[in-house]
Amino acid sequence: MLAKNKTTPFLFGYRLYVLAFFLFLAAPLISAGAFAFNDSLFPALPWQGFTLDWFFGDTEPKLGMFHDRRLLQGLYYSFVIAIFVSILSVFVGTTNAFLFIRGEFPGKNFFYILMVIPLVIPGVILGISILVLASDTANYVEKNLDLELEFLRPGILLVVLGQFSFIATITSLVITARLKKFDATMEEAAFNLGATRARVLRTITLPFLRPAMIAAGIVAFLVSFENFNTTLFLVGSEAPLTITMYDRMAKVGSTPVLNAVSFFLMVGSGLLALLSIAVQRDKQA
Amino acid sequence: MQNKDIKRLSLILLFAPFTLWIALLILLPHIGMVLLSFREKVAPRVYEYSFANYLEFVNEPIYWNTLLRTGTMSLLVTALALLIGFPIAYYIAKIAGPRSRGGLFLLCLIPLWVSDLIRAFGWILLLRETGVISSFLLWTGLISTPIEFLYNDVAVIIGLVYTVILFMIVPLVSTLDGMDNSMIEAGYNLGGNGFTVLRRIIIPYAMPGIVAGCIVTFMLTAGSYLTPILLGGKNSSWFTEQIYNQFITRFNWEGGAAFGMLLLIFTSFVIWLGLKLSGQTLANTVAKS
Repeated sequence: MLAKNKTTPFLFGYRLYVLAFFLFLAAPLISAGAFAFNDSLFPALPWQGFTLDWFFGDTEPKLGMFHDRRLLQGLYYSFVIAIFVSILSVFVGTTNAFLFIRGEFPGKNFFYILMVIPLVIPGVILGISILVLASDTANYVEKNLDLELEFLRPGILLVVLGQFSFIATITSLVITARLKKFDATMEEAAFNLGATRARVLRTITLPFLRPAMIAAGIVAFLVSFENFNTTLFLVGSEAPLTITMYDRMAKVGSTPVLNAVSFFLMVGSGLLALLSIAVQRDKQA
Repeated sequence: MQNKDIKRLSLILLFAPFTLWIALLILLPHIGMVLLSFREKVAPRVYEYSFANYLEFVNEPIYWNTLLRTGTMSLLVTALALLIGFPIAYYIAKIAGPRSRGGLFLLCLIPLWVSDLIRAFGWILLLRETGVISSFLLWTGLISTPIEFLYNDVAVIIGLVYTVILFMIVPLVSTLDGMDNSMIEAGYNLGGNGFTVLRRIIIPYAMPGIVAGCIVTFMLTAGSYLTPILLGGKNSSWFTEQIYNQFITRFNWEGGAAFGMLLLIFTSFVIWLGLKLSGQTLANTVAKS
């Protein structure tokens, strides 16, 4: 190992560097979270004492997040969008995994690269390109068929599609990696024992994939929940939480209620992330 | 015979979601955007195909300066993320004990689960004039008046490095993890010093991970919107901001589409160049991590 042959001061310095790095990682998260509990109208020092008003307060100026109608609405829309995105992405991710692991067809490498590409397209561009196509289609239909296709205008459906367009790549990669490790003899054994194709899929292959599917679903949920760049261009009147928070920050300036929301989201996504790790570790061991 | 038909049918069924996804949400929208970017409004509701939107970009120095600035800053952020992240990844993969390794890796991932917005918000609270760092320095007496650390390039770079460094560390850890320790020991036994081993053995081995990390980091940085705007303030001049302005503020979709294409071409070119120079391919770098 690189550090083994070195003198101890080197290793000590190295450890200090690693420690400093983790402090750097933690600092903004701590400052975003901690001020949620400061009994002050501004998220800044000095510390004025502990309060939970920014969560539960029900009167201005200390209106807590659980009484702030617009924030709660944003939370609800984010939740709905994230659920749809994760279901869609896990479904397509699973079919893609089977397609690329089991399927034999010409140009497989080309299609595989096509599958990875959405991940390297900037989110802003995914957003505008889908906005342009949807609006053009809606305008065309309106002009020639005199039909107003409301769902192609910015709104929840477009946000879901926009986020799905690149999150599907993430879920595909996660589920493909798991399917690659599958031992084909297990399926063969089941076939030899007389099981039908559907039954083998249901009782053997899908249970094997389940941890990866759950983990991919959680990842999709979290990425959707925190997405801003793609959503920004596709959002209609039903703004998800990140957009609502950004508006609040730009118009009202930062207030501790945003810290409360940050703290709430950090705890929520932290728990979900731990869950996804637990699910994967359990079954792989 | 029947078996073959079933195989073909299932292949078609598996291809359907893939095709719908890639064709309707990736290919068609991008073709639509290319077409739109070549359209020029010559009179109300009358359009013509032309290069006008691209010519406007060339003729207006503000636009291409912004793109160049976004590009150079993104390269700088990528380089910094690699320099800062590599030792951390090496520590996690090779030096930390087996027990602390998993924990450290998880710690690395935690900021990943918090949105850009909250991370930028955290930095604002730290760096602004009434922020934590300024107050702390006042309290210690090192400075006598509050200092504004926000709204400059350094703040933007700190924020961007912070946002993307995890995407650098994760692929690095997974490639370094697969490296056999005996390779490093052999390097030492053959008389190499730490630097030679790093340069001749570790870095070449980690190259796919390095390239994967750099590609993702660069794309995320060049395409980021929130961090430069929130930490850089009014004068952040980030190219995505120009796209947003064209689309939403000026409602000039043709111009915005052209700018979007330019960003895409520019970033793809940088990545293509990076892959060529390092002798890697997209399939064995990004697709693997």
